[in-house]
Amino acid sequence: MTYPPAASDPQSAVPLLEVTELSTSFRTGRGLLKAVDRVSFRLGRGRTIGVVGESGSGKTVLARTVMGLLAGSNVEKTGSVRFEGQELLGAPNSELRSLWGARMAMIFQDPMTALNPVMRIGRQITESLRLHLDIDRSEARATAVSLLAQVGIPSPEERYGSFPGELSGGMRQRVMIAIALACSPRLLLADEPTTGLDVTVQAQILDLLGSLQYERNMAMVLVTHDLGVVATRTDDIVVMYAGRIVEMAPTSRLFSSMAMPYTEALLASTPRLSNPSHTRLAAIEGRPPDLTALPPGCPFAPRCRYAQDLCRRAAPPLVTAERPDHLYACWYPLGARTGPAPVSHSVSS
Amino acid sequence: MPGPPSRDPALGSTGPGWGSTGPGWGSSGAAAPLLAVNDLRVNFRRGRRTVQAVAGVSLAIAAGETLGLVGESGCGKSTTGRAIVQVERPTSGSIHFNGIDLTSLRGSELRRARVGIQMIFQDPISSLNPRRRVRDIVAEPLDIWKKGSQSERDRVVRAMLESVGLNPDVAGPRRPREFSGGQCQRISIARALVMEPKLLICDEVVSALDVSVQAQILNLLEDLKAQYGLTLLFIAHDLAVVKNISDRVAVMYLGKLCEVAPAEVLYRSPAHHYTQALMASVLQPDPSSAGQPAPLQGEPPSPIHPPTGCRFRTRCPRAEERCAIEEPVLQEIAPGHAVACHFPLPTGGSSLAGAGQMGQVGQMGEVPGQYTPPSPPAPRQS
Repeated sequence: MTYPPAASDPQSAVPLLEVTELSTSFRTGRGLLKAVDRVSFRLGRGRTIGVVGESGSGKTVLARTVMGLLAGSNVEKTGSVRFEGQELLGAPNSELRSLWGARMAMIFQDPMTALNPVMRIGRQITESLRLHLDIDRSEARATAVSLLAQVGIPSPEERYGSFPGELSGGMRQRVMIAIALACSPRLLLADEPTTGLDVTVQAQILDLLGSLQYERNMAMVLVTHDLGVVATRTDDIVVMYAGRIVEMAPTSRLFSSMAMPYTEALLASTPRLSNPSHTRLAAIEGRPPDLTALPPGCPFAPRCRYAQDLCRRAAPPLVTAERPDHLYACWYPLGARTGPAPVSHSVSS
Repeated sequence: MPGPPSRDPALGSTGPGWGSTGPGWGSSGAAAPLLAVNDLRVNFRRGRRTVQAVAGVSLAIAAGETLGLVGESGCGKSTTGRAIVQVERPTSGSIHFNGIDLTSLRGSELRRARVGIQMIFQDPISSLNPRRRVRDIVAEPLDIWKKGSQSERDRVVRAMLESVGLNPDVAGPRRPREFSGGQCQRISIARALVMEPKLLICDEVVSALDVSVQAQILNLLEDLKAQYGLTLLFIAHDLAVVKNISDRVAVMYLGKLCEVAPAEVLYRSPAHHYTQALMASVLQPDPSSAGQPAPLQGEPPSPIHPPTGCRFRTRCPRAEERCAIEEPVLQEIAPGHAVACHFPLPTGGSSLAGAGQMGQVGQMGEVPGQYTPPSPPAPRQS
């Protein structure tokens, strides 16, 4: 489900989140691993952007870099992450800590490892409430109980004293959401929030996120490998491959006229209820490239069914299609593949 | 490959008459099914209480068929799979494989009888021993059963690795941690198939994988099924995945089957309200499918205290008094299509029509695990 955009037009005002030329690299024993490679996007207040890609495409590293969770001597970050006009990249930890939970929050894939197993769930919610808001213990408790009710936990008064181990996977994810939303953040980064949950619970959690987001005018970055998750619940979609954005467009536009063969391949490999039984799935053969030894051309070329000589020689830049809000990185975009000549842009090499 | 035991009970054909006792839901053809499960019950003791994980499941799988078993977490679908191979000993019921009742066997007799059944698990990485080399992992069943000479075993292992799409020279000497999840699942499949089983039980084998890898593994299973003449029991929670691979689908809820039908029929005209809700929950990669709230609210009730009557009644939009009093039994409503519901959906209609009306469930609102969601705002008009 998508919801009406916020009152302010995301194009005109200062966006809530503006990521520019962001790169994140890890120094490994085998050389520099560029997990996120010159990624740029903007996100308006109350809007939702979906980040889609396979394991190892850099989507989780992107979310963590935006949140400021990646630090250490083996991490190199360049570019810019501006949140409400404030530069986060290189900001001191104390500054980030005042944002975390209060103005930006994150929920993770595995709610069991993200929750503290030996702390009652009520305490885990009041912890951030009392840290960021000036309220006393009983007020915090009342707020926590109402949050548990809002995220759909039955008998929240009793559950307040439960340990995470006493809850099912779906209930734990609801608790995670309650913790993340405790201080009404402006931005929620959701990293695979429904992967590993039952289909029935997946739909519930996504509905819950959608309605809470609407009530609070909160923006969301929804990271997932499943195009089904983002199809109906985002305004824009970013498709990532080998750390780069390979296609970016408003959701309906992406599904109606995708330009990048990788997006098409991802969509074609998804099993659908409408297919007859024993339909052969169009699997993407091979696997994502080794990020420490990227091929010279387009990173998707070795797996691309349309790849030609040029694709193996030079990496395509991210360019706009007919519309300024639709970007893709492909020499031979879908729909325009009429001949071997590259369309609309030429190689510089 | 020659079988090591002198007497192979798996080849016997003088088992007790499974056909006379079982209701036979499930058997799609007239031929004797390869596997016939009759009134299977598995109880777990939890302190003083008893959890009925599987509460009377009967199904049959014909040789060469793929049966999908679908349901939510905790519905007992994995326990059913594990009980078939006797990893969990059933509390009652019979499991005839190749005409032999596995529940009546013990020890080495049981081990010999179930060589023909192999299992693959959800988490490919934790189901492989991290300290062993891939070729030794795949060869282990052969070593245990002392099949053939060392060189014959090597040849079989190499051929097996090749047929699951791994290069035996590259993959053989490595250890599982050097492989991705999808590749580890290929290794698990190779290990399961090296004993040339007749029945392969796949327990959520693709749910931990990326969509692109999931498609590769599903295609591989279809290829291997044709190549080795396998029969599959495919257990999963995602109806789209199950439909793609199965000939017939059994839907399970809280320890019992609620609907069994050929995959196409089940999709086109589901008769059980739960099946319809499961189908409407599948997230389709299509922006035009927006606007419908999650069809099922809450989670299944506890199997320690299952609801009286129909187990689904607490979440069913159609539930009436009768559902609380009288338990519906699985009844055939069309050839090969059985449903356990007092008020089945009219078959022949479109499955997706009406899915939107399932919205807010809850005539029986007092049930734990159920809640009324905040009413969702109107979908955007664009």
